[in-house]
Formats: sequence, structure tokens, C-alpha cells
Amino acid sequence: MALLEVQHVRAYYSTRKGYIKAVDGVDLVQEKDVITGLAGESGCGKSTLVNTLMMNVKPPLHLMEGTIVLDGNAISKMDRATLKKKVWGVLVSLVPQSALNALMPTKRIIEYIDDAISHHMAVSNSEVASMARRRFEELNLPVETLTLYPHELSGGMKQRAVIAISTLLNPRLLIVDEPTSALDVSTQKQVLKMLLDLRKAQIIKSMMFVTHDIAILRQIANQIAIMYAGKVVESGSATDLLYDPRHPYTRGLMNAVVTPEPEVRKRGLISIPGEPPDLLEPPKGCRFHPRCSRAIETCRSVEPPLVREGSRHLACHNPLPA
Amino acid sequence: MLLQVKNLRKVFTVGLIKRREIVAVNNVSFQVKPGEFLSLVGESGSGKTTTARMVLKLLQPTSGSIMFEGRDVLGLRRLEELRGYWRQVHGIFQDPYASFNPLHKIDRVLNQVFTLIEDSGVDRESMIKEALREVGLPPGDVLGRYPHELSGGQRQRIMVARCYLLRPKLILADEPISMIDASTRASILQLFSKLREEYKTSVMFITHDLGLAFYVSDGILIMCKGSLVEQGSPDEVMEHPQDPYTKKLREDVPLLYKKWDGF
Repeated sequence: MALLEVQHVRAYYSTRKGYIKAVDGVDLVQEKDVITGLAGESGCGKSTLVNTLMMNVKPPLHLMEGTIVLDGNAISKMDRATLKKKVWGVLVSLVPQSALNALMPTKRIIEYIDDAISHHMAVSNSEVASMARRRFEELNLPVETLTLYPHELSGGMKQRAVIAISTLLNPRLLIVDEPTSALDVSTQKQVLKMLLDLRKAQIIKSMMFVTHDIAILRQIANQIAIMYAGKVVESGSATDLLYDPRHPYTRGLMNAVVTPEPEVRKRGLISIPGEPPDLLEPPKGCRFHPRCSRAIETCRSVEPPLVREGSRHLACHNPLPA
Repeated sequence: MLLQVKNLRKVFTVGLIKRREIVAVNNVSFQVKPGEFLSLVGESGSGKTTTARMVLKLLQPTSGSIMFEGRDVLGLRRLEELRGYWRQVHGIFQDPYASFNPLHKIDRVLNQVFTLIEDSGVDRESMIKEALREVGLPPGDVLGRYPHELSGGQRQRIMVARCYLLRPKLILADEPISMIDASTRASILQLFSKLREEYKTSVMFITHDLGLAFYVSDGILIMCKGSLVEQGSPDEVMEHPQDPYTKKLREDVPLLYKKWDGF
């Protein structure tokens, strides 16, 4: 059984102008022992999706429709108090995009850990301290960090500390949202290395990694899901999607990646015409059709469903040949 | 030679009581030829933006020299001399939003260009419309609107439209595409290439993105802790890096066609 199953989920932001359809009919499966990469451009709804799939849904965001089953629990039906107690931190942890700035400047790192754990277990301060120390040692993080204030840590160290805190209770699923986009490349690699260490130590077995950086997904993801304008347009194994994309948008994203490699120079940098749509009023039919060079008549009127095609899932009326 | 920078150095003094010196840029020398695309690559805090600000004469160097078309830039004092220089050497910054005043319509940022152009007899409106069309923005879609009504890509295009009005000889582009979505990046880069083809414009990209530098430039300069540690053609720098810092940078950049060891 899959660890996380998301079915027909719609999550909208209510505004005075109407609903912003940030997540609009998403089906997604996270298998056990897999790192899934969730990729897409800014504003495609990927951060909203990961918040929704752990039911971190607060107005103006509303879950309009859909079911979310995490480790056998229908969490889409739970209230906030139950989620806090039984789900967050224990079954699933999210390291949000702004985690680097999420730490209060007047609290030492150890005080955060105290707070995080006291929500879930009745343990004394000294027990928490020794738990934290053990975990930091396990992950090769300097133990002295625990007694420091956030401003005394570098960006990379702060990010690693946040990840260590989020995984103290060994959640079944860890979601990290753009954990490295504000970091230098060398620091970025250290953070990614730490995520893999968490897996090697069997602390975290399953992970969802949200990013706009496809080259990073190449390094760590087993599975990839591509999002466009609130929908998943293609998902499958990382190698299938990167080297043999079938959805024109997936191919477009790959063609826009520039890495310092001769293959990339040979391929060239090709842009997708136009810009992502306004999610207040997304285009009818396939949301990508106004920018798509392969669009046919059906694409303008009929929304393509996400269907199984061999080992991948694809939502396209006129996909690229296999 | 269009631009010649020699032994450029900038030392900041910080602290009121306990004074401390920070060497932000240390003995940096490089040159830019007409029509050349050069990338100054470094991580945050490497001094690359400080270097760009000195070349743009927004910051006075502690020592060193900057020559533009054989003339000493650091000696420019009078406003009209400075205007003449800024007309030829133009800066585009990372977050185009910060270059706009949110209370003014975007027309203003385009009209401001004319304070650098002495010729007062020009038809500003038609020049602006033409420049907007050059960068792929229908004038009717953007004129009369406020910065927040435009997307990041559109704002960045407007900054490039300013270049079409000014036709500078050198553009210093500080992270020109880092705020733009992947799918629209290529089109911004094409605008720079078009400027080079039409007016032989040189561009110096100031970036942390080694992929971008490798892809667009004729030459790469690698900067680390205020010093230039390596310079050469993109292939030389990527295939045969000499400096340990460049070697490490190359190993740590995520690639599309190769996985890291141990990953």
C-alpha cells in the first residue's frame, strides 16, 4: 500500500476577486521508501499542494474537495487538534520554504526542540536534551549548535538544524519545500547529503522534495511529478521524465535547464512562449494549450485527465511519441 | 578594448569603536572587448556585485583604475560627464521590482532614460513603444500600468527595453534571470544576443549560476572572497579548472546528465 494517496484534491484561496485555483484536481501517490520530486515553476501550486496534502489548510486556503490518506489514516477528515497531536511531526513533517527565517531570534535551538517534542510526548527537559544530542551526533552536526541562537548559525547550518528538528520524531514522510534555493552550491550539496544520510540511517524512509531546480531532482529523486497551473501533468520515474519526457510542458522545462555540461550546450536553451496563466481564471481545456506547440483542437475545450501510460502518468491529448 | 579594469580594490571599514577592515574586492583586473559576453561568477559575498557597482561608478574604489574606451572613469566628476558614462555603461539589477517605484506607472522608468539622452527633439512616445516591441511587450499591455500588475518576466523585459532606448556599449546585468521562471529565461537571454547582433553591445553577467555563465558567455571570471581566482573560456574553466575553488565549485554544481558520487 502506498504511504500517501491523494485523490481529486482541490484547494483554493478565497479572495475578493474569486477563487485562486492553486491546486485543482490533483491525484498523487507517494510510495514507501521513495524520494519523490515535485517540480514546477513559481506559482504553479506546488507549495500549496504540499501544505494541503498534510492538511495544513488555513483560511484563506480551503480544501474544496478530495481525500488524503496518509499511512492508512484519512487525514482529510481530521480536525486541527487531532492533526496536531497525531499527524504533524509524527506521521508527516514539513520543512517550509521560509524555514531559514522561521526561527525566532531570541530562542536557542534546544528550546525549539523542547517545544516541538512537548506537543507529542511527556518528557523532561533533560531527556529532550539527550535525545537531541544523540540525533545531532548521528547526523554529524556539531552538538554545540544546540545551545546557540539562530543568528549565530550560517544559512546552511540553520537549514540542517531545522531539518534535524523536524525529523526528531522519525515521521513516516518528510516534505521539504525548496530547502536549498537560498544557499550557495557547496552548502546546497551538504544539505542534500544530509537528507540522504537521514535515509541511510533509516530515520526518514520516504521523502517529498519540492523544487524548481530540475538538476537537483536528477541528483536525489527516484520519482518525479511535474505540476503546471494547479495540476499534475506528468509523473513517473526520474530517468523516464528527465530523459524521455512525453508531456510537452515537461520537455519544455527540461529544455530550459542550463547546467555547465557539453550536452546542454549542444541541445541549446529553448524557452516556452508566453507566461504561466492566472489561476483566478485558468484557460479552458488543457491549461497549457495557449503555450503548447503540439496543441490540437481537443486541447482547447477538453481537459485531459491524468491517465496511466506504461510506467508513468500523463495528462495530454497529443503527447510526444515514446 | 572597451573596458579595462586594473588592480581594483575596495576596503570597507566597519564598527564604531573597534574598527575592522573588510577587503570586499582585492586586486581585481579584467577587460571587456566590444561585443563580448563575459560572466563574473561567484557565490554570495564573493565581491562580484561590489565590483559591478564600482564599474558603474556607484561606489568609489579604494584603489585601482577603470578605463572605458581609453578614458579614466574614476576621474569623472561633473554631472554631464557622469551622464555620458551612464549612457554607455548601463546596469540591470537582480530584482527588477526594486528598480521600480510602486507608486508610479511603469512609463516613468522608461521616461527616466531620456534624462541621460541629451537630444531633446526626439519623439519619446514612439521611441518607447518601439523599444517595448523590440523586447516582445505589446505597448498597450504595459504602458499606464503599475509595477505590481506586471509579472516578473515582464518587469525584467522593461529593464531590457531601457537598454534598447539607450543602446549602451556595455550592460552590467546582475543576476538578470534568477527571478524569472525557467520557461521564460531563454527569451530574456535572446534579447541580450539581439542587442549584441544589432549594436555590438557587450554584456557582463554578474551571477552565481555557473550553468548560465557556461552557456552564454565568451569568457568566465571566477571570483572567491574578493579575488579573481580563475579566468578563461567557458570550456577551459569547466573542463580544466586550475584553481582549487573552481574545482570544488564544478564538483558541487548539480548536473543534468551526471550524478554526484555517493548520491
